[in-house]
Amino acid sequence: MMSCKGLGGEGSAAAAAALPHVLAVDDSSVDRAVISGILRSSKFRVTAVDSGKRALELLGSEANVSMIITDYWMPEMTGYELLKKVKGSSKLKGIPVVIMSSENVPTRITRCLEEGAEDFLLKPVQPSDVSRLCNRVLR
Amino acid sequence: MDYSNLRRQAASMKKGLFDQGHLDEQFRQVEDLQDEASPNFVEEVAVLFFKDSGRLISNLEQALEKYPRDFNRWDAYMQQLKGSCSSIGASRMKSECMSFKDNCGKGNVEGCMGCLQKLKREHAILRQKLESYFQLLRQAGPTGAATRPVM
Repeated sequence: MMSCKGLGGEGSAAAAAALPHVLAVDDSSVDRAVISGILRSSKFRVTAVDSGKRALELLGSEANVSMIITDYWMPEMTGYELLKKVKGSSKLKGIPVVIMSSENVPTRITRCLEEGAEDFLLKPVQPSDVSRLCNRVLR
Repeated sequence: MDYSNLRRQAASMKKGLFDQGHLDEQFRQVEDLQDEASPNFVEEVAVLFFKDSGRLISNLEQALEKYPRDFNRWDAYMQQLKGSCSSIGASRMKSECMSFKDNCGKGNVEGCMGCLQKLKREHAILRQKLESYFQLLRQAGPTGAATRPVM
């Protein structure tokens, strides 16, 4: 897959635009940094935001999001609530949504998958989780 | 300056952090994300972690005072901190977080207080050790910077 690292000028911008764009949502700055690092190392263009509200704002203005990966437990709007809003929108419902959580709660996992989540990842997320996911979701 | 010696010291320091249980495999996973585009990635994540964890510990201390015996609230704060510790591989801190949560589950105020004090100590120790480690790494320079080409 093409890497945009080391390219300069217009070539760099064009190369970045060609990469799948993933929206990462997590209220933890540490987790945002780690998931962004994992996604970038897997050759994705990443935008990271700290809330479901900001995610929806971005989705309203940015047409080219290939996948959303969101933490489950966030203040004001959980990842589950964000998932429901995305799947309830005629414009956004085609975007795959992946949920992350540090807690392994079977009812929570089931609920998210039934609402249309592509996958449910336990934190800390590993690069192998993202590789497996992207091969399946973004084929 | 003997860069190779500095790198050996840094490697030894890092091994010590793992051998003493301060860090676990997750730290190596974060280190593996470093590349030419993000050569200081793990240090950047560590800076975020200490800023975040300092804030969470402070919030928790306030909650212990302001909301006595509100174990659900205390547990929720600690869950956030535990998550951050997991993400960077701060193993000993994570263990204290889990002990605190166990004490919340048992309704044990003294146990919670004891765990919090241990957690603060581990936080301070890890911060000091990682700051020393990153300082040594900076002195050592990028890997290969001081190597000579083979003739």
